[in-house]
Amino acid sequence: MLEVSGLTRHFDELCVIEGFDLTVARQGFTVLIGPSGCGKSTLFDVLTGVVPKEDGEIIWMGKPMPHLGKKAAYMQQNDLLLPWFSLLENALLPAKIAGADAETSKTKALALFERLGLEGFESYMPRHISAGMRQRCALVRTLMFEHELVLLDEPLSALDAITRRSLQSLLLLLQSEFDKSILMITHDIEEALLLADEVLVLSRTPMQIMERFVLSEAKPRHISDPRLIEIKEHVLNRLQKELES
Amino acid sequence: MKRPTMLAFGGIVFILAVWEAACLTLDIPDFILPRPTRIALVAITRSDILLPHAAITALEVLLGISISLLVAVPLSITMFAHPSLENAIAPFLVASQAVPVFAIAPLLVVWLGYGIASKVLMAAVIIFFPITVNLLEGFKSCDHEYRVLFQLMGAGFWQTMRLLYGLWALPQFFSGLKVGVSVATIGAVIGEWVGAQQGLGYLMIQANARLKVDLVFAAILWLSLMGLALWVLVGYLEKKIITWK
Repeated sequence: MLEVSGLTRHFDELCVIEGFDLTVARQGFTVLIGPSGCGKSTLFDVLTGVVPKEDGEIIWMGKPMPHLGKKAAYMQQNDLLLPWFSLLENALLPAKIAGADAETSKTKALALFERLGLEGFESYMPRHISAGMRQRCALVRTLMFEHELVLLDEPLSALDAITRRSLQSLLLLLQSEFDKSILMITHDIEEALLLADEVLVLSRTPMQIMERFVLSEAKPRHISDPRLIEIKEHVLNRLQKELES
Repeated sequence: MKRPTMLAFGGIVFILAVWEAACLTLDIPDFILPRPTRIALVAITRSDILLPHAAITALEVLLGISISLLVAVPLSITMFAHPSLENAIAPFLVASQAVPVFAIAPLLVVWLGYGIASKVLMAAVIIFFPITVNLLEGFKSCDHEYRVLFQLMGAGFWQTMRLLYGLWALPQFFSGLKVGVSVATIGAVIGEWVGAQQGLGYLMIQANARLKVDLVFAAILWLSLMGLALWVLVGYLEKKIITWK
């Protein structure tokens, strides 16, 4: 579905990404994990066109493109809900900006509110609800984009452990129920192992894929699975060595 | 009453009490320095004279505020949309504030006559700068992540202005407006001093020439109350409009 090859991006003298290759399968869940500052978020910025690429190819459905632009929905670390709009108004923003039919969009948003456990909170303002609920609302807004590919940049990193667990199951819904293909960045190796079909372990700058793990275990998974424990230890050791190198 | 309000109130009462006591003890005549109680009495009993002049000054100030808003808002948006234009205009904006208002007041009277037009323009010149600068800085202070979100939603400049920048900048806009309305009376009064046939500034000049210093002080009191009322009104509007803070 998405193929990236030889992607390169510098910031002044610093080479953040050099010759980076990546493939995301249709309805796949690919997770990128790597040291802080290795260039993961820059990769998303280049993919979405926020920052232009210097070299390399981005191929979407077999067609080369300068960037994904509106082909992918992008959910960032912070919920980025606008404080002056209610939850429903926030969720409807992509549709409003695209000029979509207001009634159809509202019906769709309300169905998503119900599915993601936000029913009854449509008229609440963001400041009146918890961080977890705000993130759910951001997820509804991301789904309103109706894009097949969803880029998630540490979407759960600011949440407490219990909320994070409940939202992890919602992320799985994106894949299983909404047929989305997901490319996610996380710092949490356990989260990666619980959610991903494929985990890519990244090096420090210039960012490269050091290791790749394909996880075919059925979901939902449990972190006490011996294979997951083994991979977790291995990845942690690999990242530790990478940081010390 | 809150502690800071009580402290401010207590401070004012203390200063007025010292002033009153000094006038009585030192037997200062009213045509040199009238007692605060005398000023308050004149401000109330001579309201038949003060009110028509105050109405003119208030009209000049309100028209000045309206004109400065009509110019400042589009100019801030234009400078925000075209940073090169901001670089070109900024030196002129700063220079316009470096020129003392007293210096341009006679010119405005020559150009616009003794009517209220020259006073309105004086008030507008004074208010215009804090509103423009604050609004522009408000637009610029919008978080990069939100800008990226709107970019990815495919929002155009005016959609982003309406849904994001405009609302984001509202607190700074109101800060600028508060500063502007607090000093707006200065412009109008200076204009009236230079050449007018009505207004509190005109009344002050007339009263001063006849050594009616208590009436001068009463006019100053009315001006202060006018500035305070505008400041409170803007604060009220700010609270009503910015409900998400």
